[in-house]
Amino acid sequence: MNGKQIWASYTTIVRKEFLRLFRVWIQTLLPPAVTTALYFLVFGKFIGGQVAPIHGISYMQFIIPGVIMISVITQSFLHSAFGYYFAKFQRSLEEILVSPTPYWVMIFGYVTGGVLRGLVTGVILLAIAFLFTSLAVHSIFHLLAFAVLTSIVFSLAGLINAIFAKDFDSINIFPTFFLIPLTYLAGTFYSISMLPKIWHDLSLWNPLLYMINGFRYGLIGVTDVNIMGAYGILVALVIALSLTVWYLFYSGRGVRV
Amino acid sequence: MGWIWGKLIISGLLISEMRNNMTHALEIHNLRKRYDTGVEALKGVDLTVSSGDFFALLGPNGAGKSTLINVVCGLVNKTGGEVLIEGLSIDDDYQKAKMHVGIVPQEMNFGIFEKVIDIVLDQAGYYGIPRREALPKAEILLKQLGIFDKKDEQSRTLSGGMKRRLMIARGLVHDPKVLILDEPTAGVDIEIRREMWEFLRKLNDAGTTIILTTHYLEEAEQLCNNMAIINKGEVIEQGPVKDLLGRMDRETFIFDLESPLPEKTAELVSQFGVVRVDSDTIEMTVAKGESVNDAINALNRLDVRVRSMRNKTNRLEEFFIQKIAGVPKE
Repeated sequence: MNGKQIWASYTTIVRKEFLRLFRVWIQTLLPPAVTTALYFLVFGKFIGGQVAPIHGISYMQFIIPGVIMISVITQSFLHSAFGYYFAKFQRSLEEILVSPTPYWVMIFGYVTGGVLRGLVTGVILLAIAFLFTSLAVHSIFHLLAFAVLTSIVFSLAGLINAIFAKDFDSINIFPTFFLIPLTYLAGTFYSISMLPKIWHDLSLWNPLLYMINGFRYGLIGVTDVNIMGAYGILVALVIALSLTVWYLFYSGRGVRV
Repeated sequence: MGWIWGKLIISGLLISEMRNNMTHALEIHNLRKRYDTGVEALKGVDLTVSSGDFFALLGPNGAGKSTLINVVCGLVNKTGGEVLIEGLSIDDDYQKAKMHVGIVPQEMNFGIFEKVIDIVLDQAGYYGIPRREALPKAEILLKQLGIFDKKDEQSRTLSGGMKRRLMIARGLVHDPKVLILDEPTAGVDIEIRREMWEFLRKLNDAGTTIILTTHYLEEAEQLCNNMAIINKGEVIEQGPVKDLLGRMDRETFIFDLESPLPEKTAELVSQFGVVRVDSDTIEMTVAKGESVNDAINALNRLDVRVRSMRNKTNRLEEFFIQKIAGVPKE
């Protein structure tokens, strides 16, 4: 395929995935909006009003980046995981597999779909956050960079999950038992500087800590971790997961029998 | 010396040109597939389909037909052997090779919530054709197949016959040279089936090579020029449909008689294996080398006149049963 043909194929996958996001918006966009609004109301307004500022920032403002990132992470994961698994389940994936579209274009297409869902969710939740408090974005570059890199990581992870998934239940196992606990333990509602040493040191092994703090730095200019170190960890994760997905596709696992 | 080199170059060009002209739509050499479960679905299949042919791939359930098609389409990894589509290897030139093939699978495999037109246009997209360029072709195909009025409806609302026609439109949107149909008319009513046959005939007349698997052997006899019978992962017969039917060693006819057959018919039974269906109807099997006239004359000698006669089964069906029955069961 030449460049024009590859572009046509890539945009077809992305368009299909993007339209799916809006076609089932009650399942994709509404739940994180409602959940996040409740987080802001309960933890930010009701409880946060009684909590002392962290790093000189009001508690409401402090939790906004982490709460948004919880949804960005889960939504980008679920989009690529469900998109790919459902296509496998109803065998519409064969439409692409019989075509000359190279596997790497498929991977890019599904990952782009996941990233777009993560970003659209992030924008909606950011708009909701502005209803609760005033925010001056510290760095739009870091904000976007961490949102995009995090979405890429979890879109890739979602693809891997979908490749191994045997049924719809196994798609939910990873977000329920790993993602959600890790996001709560990644300094979403607290600064790890407030933790006892053992918990502080354990938190440093949680990769989501770097994603949430990087995004927090972009939004309000506060972080518990070194920003360049956070970029390094995210880029390393993107490379490692990309190579894993690449291997799984090109070895035929989850694609052919 | 110069003229010798000149001759060699011209000869080389001629050979190359001849090879190009001899390119087959599909060439399969020693194709093998063993699944992880240990099942050996294909045991060294050799198959050739000429460009422009209308080819039937027949075989009982589990014979390996779908596995063979899925290997050709890139859905199943082969264990060994070689597959060439329009002379292009699916290993070395898989992108170019795939460009030449359209597939209409046995099972529905499109998004049930997608609109009909989107299913066709998305398929064009996967073959590198932008939506705007593909739209006219997609609309023509949907019109030809009689489902244009459903183009903006979700595919799940279509009837079974419409879904099959949608898959044919989808398989043709990128103008493939070879169209492979896996049981295209299964579960489709007679009228729609005849319409689909007509469509496929026209498509073949326009130059598209068509390969189909079918359980309706009448379909293969009506449409196809050449065929192969595959059983237990091996091709057991291959050739022109007419030639293969000419090799049938017996054929069974049903005779409707004007008067009941007499009781003493020992000669008739021994020669033609007469079976009484009811008082006025009998079955007679005519072996190769014998004529139906011999059977009718034998009946006339018993003062029995024949009102009408017909084949007991479709001729190809009979041939198929004879061939499959000849293969020892594992």
